[in-house]
Amino acid sequence: MQVNVTKPSENLNIVIVGHVDHGKSTLLGRLYADTGSLPDGKLEKVQAICKQQGKEFEYAFLFDAFLEEQEQGITIDTARTFFMWKGRQYIIIDAPGHKEFLKNMISGAARAEAALLLIDALEGVKEQSKKHGYLLSLLGVRQFAVVVNKMDLVGYRQDVFDGIEKEYREFLGQFKAVPAQFIPVSAKLGDNIANRSQAMSWYSGPTVLDTLSAFQKETARSEQPLRLSVQDVYKFDARRIITGRITAGRLKVGDHLVFSPSNKRANIRTVEAFNIEPQPTEGQAGQSIGITLDEQIFVERGEIASHQEHLPSVSTAFRANLFWLGKKPLEKGRKYLLRVATKEVDCEVASIHRIIDTMDLAQQQGSNSVGKNQVAELTLRTKAPVAFDLSASFEATGRFVLVDEYDIAGGGIITELVHDDQEFLREEARRRDFAWVKGEVTVEDRAQQYGHRAAIVLITGGRHTGKSFLARKLEGRLVADGRHAYLLDGENLRRGLDADLSEEERGQTTEMARRYGEVARLLIDTGLIVVSTTNPFGMAYREASEAIRTLVHPAPVIAVHMSKTAEEPPPNTDVVLTGPTDFDAATARILDELKRRGVLAQAIGAKPVFQYSI
Amino acid sequence: MKHLRQLEDQSVYILREAYKHFNNLAMLWSMGKDSTVLLWLARKAFFGHVPFPLLHVDTSYKIPAMIEYRDRLAREWRLDLVVGQNKEALAAGMNHTLGRVVCCTALKTNGLKQLLENKGYTGVILGVRADEEGTRAKERYFSPRDKHGDWDFRDQPPELWDQYKTTFPPGTHIRIHPLLDWTEINIWEYIKLENIPFIDLYLDKGDGTRYRSLGCAPCTTPIKSTAKTVDDIIEELRHTTVAERSGRAQDEGRGMELLRKDGYM
Repeated sequence: MQVNVTKPSENLNIVIVGHVDHGKSTLLGRLYADTGSLPDGKLEKVQAICKQQGKEFEYAFLFDAFLEEQEQGITIDTARTFFMWKGRQYIIIDAPGHKEFLKNMISGAARAEAALLLIDALEGVKEQSKKHGYLLSLLGVRQFAVVVNKMDLVGYRQDVFDGIEKEYREFLGQFKAVPAQFIPVSAKLGDNIANRSQAMSWYSGPTVLDTLSAFQKETARSEQPLRLSVQDVYKFDARRIITGRITAGRLKVGDHLVFSPSNKRANIRTVEAFNIEPQPTEGQAGQSIGITLDEQIFVERGEIASHQEHLPSVSTAFRANLFWLGKKPLEKGRKYLLRVATKEVDCEVASIHRIIDTMDLAQQQGSNSVGKNQVAELTLRTKAPVAFDLSASFEATGRFVLVDEYDIAGGGIITELVHDDQEFLREEARRRDFAWVKGEVTVEDRAQQYGHRAAIVLITGGRHTGKSFLARKLEGRLVADGRHAYLLDGENLRRGLDADLSEEERGQTTEMARRYGEVARLLIDTGLIVVSTTNPFGMAYREASEAIRTLVHPAPVIAVHMSKTAEEPPPNTDVVLTGPTDFDAATARILDELKRRGVLAQAIGAKPVFQYSI
Repeated sequence: MKHLRQLEDQSVYILREAYKHFNNLAMLWSMGKDSTVLLWLARKAFFGHVPFPLLHVDTSYKIPAMIEYRDRLAREWRLDLVVGQNKEALAAGMNHTLGRVVCCTALKTNGLKQLLENKGYTGVILGVRADEEGTRAKERYFSPRDKHGDWDFRDQPPELWDQYKTTFPPGTHIRIHPLLDWTEINIWEYIKLENIPFIDLYLDKGDGTRYRSLGCAPCTTPIKSTAKTVDDIIEELRHTTVAERSGRAQDEGRGMELLRKDGYM
């Protein structure tokens, strides 16, 4: 046996999965022992405990670091251990096979670069063999081998091995997963682990350790188009540093970046780093990086920077494959927090297309909820536009998790962009923003000069609820306080800008809202707080306010809804005013909201807080 | 070199996530090699700044050279150093002869809990590594602790890709472990690569011994070693089959499991 105790520097994260009792811990124990990776005394310590508890020593016990687990005889959580082989250190995430521990197996596999999937030769392909195989594929673990264990119990028969290989290959083929190798082994007796089995001369393929050696260190995706998810923006000193992880592609000083979904653009001025000489000028996939830009644009966490030729998708809806681990089932219509790369946004399940049974990949339709440990195809709808990619093209920006209350309760991959009704206007906004001709005065310059940021207060509601009166009162109050505010009344647009439209065209909300939105966008660009109502749109105010939002994005929209009696306000309403309105109190509430959102400083004269991007 | 930069990128990402999500964040610094590398990584992540306090739970039994080193770096790197101590237990005469687990619980676990409670920290960054000992191998990068600071290792939230648990009920806190994937060799390789100042107790100064892991003076013993430089240490570690914490008395028996379930670092 070759023993290799020199600890190398390269690491490979691997996960061992498979049905309960198919021998994962035993395989690990054997790998440890056969590679000479055990610290002195570890074997003796475990043997002593076994003796004390009156049990026969097993290799599996080496990995059950908690004594309680040894009493129970199962591995509870993703325990990470290490062994060394041929110039590489393998970090093992010992994923357990018990059904209720699926979330730990998923946690383990989600950070693995390669996997071994165990199948018991005597028991054959079981439920979890299939589930784990499917989940490896869903989690993006592309390098894996299938280890058919306990061959000693079936007399080392080739036909048993061949049968399992055929059955399991067919299963994997349904979702296009291709294992690197099928290996017949006995972990207990050491066949085909480090040493070639004498008992299975019919097998000429690699051993488990040979297979592991052939796995590639996951290569960073530097050759793809650039994706940099903004993690945070720092201003610890004179530098305003945008940080994030490059999840694909590469960037260099001078590159022109587009941030989605805000469509903000600027060139990279510097790449910042601590204790690196000389200062770097480029970065590539995998790096946690910091850059400064040549222009003071406001970008915030959650945006994706890319080059202009290869932009990510932007929408408020996408279709996905999801696995659910939550204690409570995932329900259609309920609100969850969606996290795609660094973006966090409220979302709801718009529809559950089907539940996928991982046993036979059969599909069950018409469900309104997804239970714990189930896999489903669904459509998610977000409260605000999100930048993302399809998982088939980009791994990191094509997957997501859902947070229910305090915990991550599910995860998935994005399979399809769902076009929403704002797509046309969003595309218009993108094209217009890219070509926008700017003067020397930046948005920040204007904000510093005016003492507040630009924003739009959009007052919605039915007829005769007092929207116009409140709008006028608010404009008056803002100007009296020294703010730069302007009341944009839709009536004025009708008589001027919209004068070329026929009576019929003026009755159509779409074009009217588009024009209104573009005018609002212009006024916001001048640094004003625009006060407006949806009066000109009558009862189509919901549709119109969505269109205006899309066109002024990403300027802050403070949505105020007025109604005589309690009713459901439009989505994303910030201030709800119901019943006979005290207009002074209503104005004060809107001012508070403007302060809370960082548009106005807390005190007049103080500088506003720039916590939102524009 | 490349593998160290990969580890660094991951740790920096975790540190930035922690800083983004926790308003009341602190980092534990024991002046040992791991938490000093962690501190260095914070300076990497925040471009030379350390935007949160460094906590040291002082048992009063630390090796004096460690305190000198602590105060020097705190000055030079302009650190916001917060020292906590379980004064009540010390006044009552707590020491290791009363039992190692008893002493560690009183002076370290309870000292830490008091410090967290008094200052209201909701996120605490620690330099534990998965390869150190069994219970630490079970950790998540972001690991919740309940109202009593206890750790329910049987029911940990899932951790998927680069998405961590950053929301938590009032009264609980999160332990953040950016060094989980680092090995002891990686720590020393990185110290060498970045030329990080470390305490010379880790080196043999002529008597054929050095410390491999640092804790309280009475409960930490040096190992036999002639490693006089970082290179010597790395070479030694590549060939040793002795566990890193073999010189740490609290690991005997079920010590660490009991301690860590109860909120020990």
